[in-house]
Amino acid sequence: MSSVIENHHDDHHHGPAKGITRWLYTTNHKDIGTLYLWFSFAMFLIGGAMAMVIRAELFSPGMQIVEPEFYNQMITLHGLIMIFGGVMPAFVGLANWLVPMMIGAPDMALPRMNNLSFWILPFAFFILLSSLFMEGGAPNFGWTFYAPLSTTYAPPSVTFFIFSVHIMGASSIMGSINVVVTIMNMRAPGVGLMKMPLFVWSWLITAYLLIAVMPVLAGAVTMMLMDIHFGTSFFNAAGGGDPVLFQHIFWFFGHPEVYIMILPAFGIVSHIIETFSRKPLFGYASMVWAMLSIAILSFVVWAHHMFTVGMPLAAEIFFMWATMLIAVPTGVKVFNWVATMFRGSITFETPMLFACAFVVLFTIGGLSGLMLAIVPADFQYHDTYFVVAHFHYVLVPGAIFSIMAAVYYWIPKWSGNMYDERLGKLHFWLSFIGVNVTFFPQHFIGLAGMPRRYPDYALQFADWNMVSSVGAFLFGFSQLLFLFIVIKTVMGGKKATDQVWEGAKGLEWTVASPAPYHTFSTPPKVD
Amino acid sequence: MSGGSYYVPDQSRFPIFMAVSLFLLVMGASSTINNLDDPTNNSVYILYTGFGCLFLTMFFWFRQVIKEHLAGLDSNQLKQSYVYGMAWFIFSEVMFFAAFFGALFYVRTFAVPWLAGEGAKGGAIEAIELWQGFESTWPVMSTPDQGNEFVLADKSMAWPGWNHALEWLPLWNTIVLLSSSVTVHIAHLGLKNGNRRKFNIFLGITVALALIFVGLQAAEYYEAYAHYGLTLNSGIYGSTFFMLTGFHGFHVMMGGFMLSVMLARSVFAGHFEDHDHFGFEAASWYWHFVDVVWVMLFLFVYIL
Repeated sequence: MSSVIENHHDDHHHGPAKGITRWLYTTNHKDIGTLYLWFSFAMFLIGGAMAMVIRAELFSPGMQIVEPEFYNQMITLHGLIMIFGGVMPAFVGLANWLVPMMIGAPDMALPRMNNLSFWILPFAFFILLSSLFMEGGAPNFGWTFYAPLSTTYAPPSVTFFIFSVHIMGASSIMGSINVVVTIMNMRAPGVGLMKMPLFVWSWLITAYLLIAVMPVLAGAVTMMLMDIHFGTSFFNAAGGGDPVLFQHIFWFFGHPEVYIMILPAFGIVSHIIETFSRKPLFGYASMVWAMLSIAILSFVVWAHHMFTVGMPLAAEIFFMWATMLIAVPTGVKVFNWVATMFRGSITFETPMLFACAFVVLFTIGGLSGLMLAIVPADFQYHDTYFVVAHFHYVLVPGAIFSIMAAVYYWIPKWSGNMYDERLGKLHFWLSFIGVNVTFFPQHFIGLAGMPRRYPDYALQFADWNMVSSVGAFLFGFSQLLFLFIVIKTVMGGKKATDQVWEGAKGLEWTVASPAPYHTFSTPPKVD
Repeated sequence: MSGGSYYVPDQSRFPIFMAVSLFLLVMGASSTINNLDDPTNNSVYILYTGFGCLFLTMFFWFRQVIKEHLAGLDSNQLKQSYVYGMAWFIFSEVMFFAAFFGALFYVRTFAVPWLAGEGAKGGAIEAIELWQGFESTWPVMSTPDQGNEFVLADKSMAWPGWNHALEWLPLWNTIVLLSSSVTVHIAHLGLKNGNRRKFNIFLGITVALALIFVGLQAAEYYEAYAHYGLTLNSGIYGSTFFMLTGFHGFHVMMGGFMLSVMLARSVFAGHFEDHDHFGFEAASWYWHFVDVVWVMLFLFVYIL
């Protein structure tokens, strides 16, 4: 038995296969991580182009460049693509690249299933995007696809949307099972649970959330499918069902989903702040417990998305307080990051700039979330641009800034080359200014009463909308610079050292740059 | 385990084949469902092709994994990965059923009473007589729109009382499925004690019980459609009843299929050792899970 193992063990020192089959048939976590990251970048640009259409339409009042029907398809696809195609695959890609290296594992636990999880995605999004060219157009009911808009009044392409969500869900569940199993079973000797890097912890919790809620989403779209085509009445009051039931099921998935998109960001930012402050992270254990508390609370706050839909008063009060409770562990994290920076020898390379912007801007998004959690206030804010401003603050300078920070931080390890620091900083400042100019004014127009999801608006909102659109074009086109920087770094540049950053700690910085095709075929010793 | 023994497979074609199969499957399914009224539409063949490719890919993929196992390529650590993987997969299935049970509890506790005017009783709001004459009962035999859009059922599948308990199919279904959980456990014990005959016989009995369950379930559906007028189209009771029991029945078929594959592996290929039979164990866990879901169904869909 052992001789067979030894033989196979030697195979692992082969480099990657040649040609396209390297990517199609791969079982290597680094290849699959790269695939995920490029896929998510492509989706980010497509979803971003849709955002440009939206902002161009909203540049001034009145109907400008697109039909209202097409506008609705744009807001729907923009949301779905950015969430399921942009942010989530980017985090899975980072998990693929980093988790095995951080815990000293030779690869992901189930490498072939890992490749399956990835390759489902291009097909799923091909189906979703192809619905744009179908009779009746693409899904037009918003990314939350509330019934009956998504059932009784939906275009025929909703069936394709339902099935593409099904296979995206299958992909997420398999990917998450892989991450959980890898973390539980593949840690090198000595890497105890409370010694795991925080990115690994954040992904363990995220993967648990994904396995718990993606099947619920599958259940929700299945009920839609049955209501639309097979005569059931889950969301139809005439048959004894209730459209509000859809919202409950959807947000039971949707709220943990929100944390799925931010917990890995917490992990990334913790690493970067620690490295560039040249100090150990303040309050490691409290960081872990904070993430666990956020994850557990995320299951009992869903109805704060639907305060105005009609619920018993007791439920409104419960969901309000439960939501506000989440501010406590989140506050713990923010204070820990600040305490880590306190009296550190800080330098501001591009990843650190993004991480600092994350801490400040995510906190703004979190605080506007706290405002939305207050029931009587939410009655005023519900479905206004204030909500749009809130969730874009947590998703763009939150999730997406953390992904960009992660790319700048780890790309020297992935490619072996340093990125161009000058261009990186330029990209940061353009993005930082662009994001704030885009989304900050949306707080004002939201508080003034502009509803979301309309292609036209009253005249008094004109000025701030124009400012917002200018910011959006700035942010959008700056991302082409990001694309250029990434390609330039992959093609060449100053060689990176193994440790890359002076203050970087962790197993991934002990291997060569670029990381060899197979790392840790033999588990490293960790004290 | 000593270091360096974790088996990382080389390149494999199975994942991309499976992704393409899934693509064909869902394209075919969407297109077929969108054109149900159109008899000339033949996208159902795409669906069949996708399903066939999926089945073949899974067959060869599992065969490959079994071959690698028999060649001794995997380690205890890899086995542990399969154990965790299966456990988390079953957890995801639990959450899928949780969505449908949640819908059931929601409509019974909130939607149906409120449609019958529960919300107006506090006096704060005037009674809105949107659905005149609708009364809150469970099972909901008469829909809020009094059958204008939906087929009204004559009879439900609920508990018929002690006098008719023995003619009530769900009770027999429960007995059959609970016994099958016992027989699969006896088979497992036989395997652990190295008694292959006992393993084969009791696993065979389990598969037979699974078939009986599916047969009884089919009879129940026939009765519902043909004699009770209870269909998918008879309001929320029919919706929750058929979706919960239907998805459960589908999982019984899956589990029964897994167990019969395990039986075939044991009988025809002599697979499994007393200390080494995770394929069977995974299938039996799945079977116990299906059984627990049935107990929940029996309680919340049929009895209460």
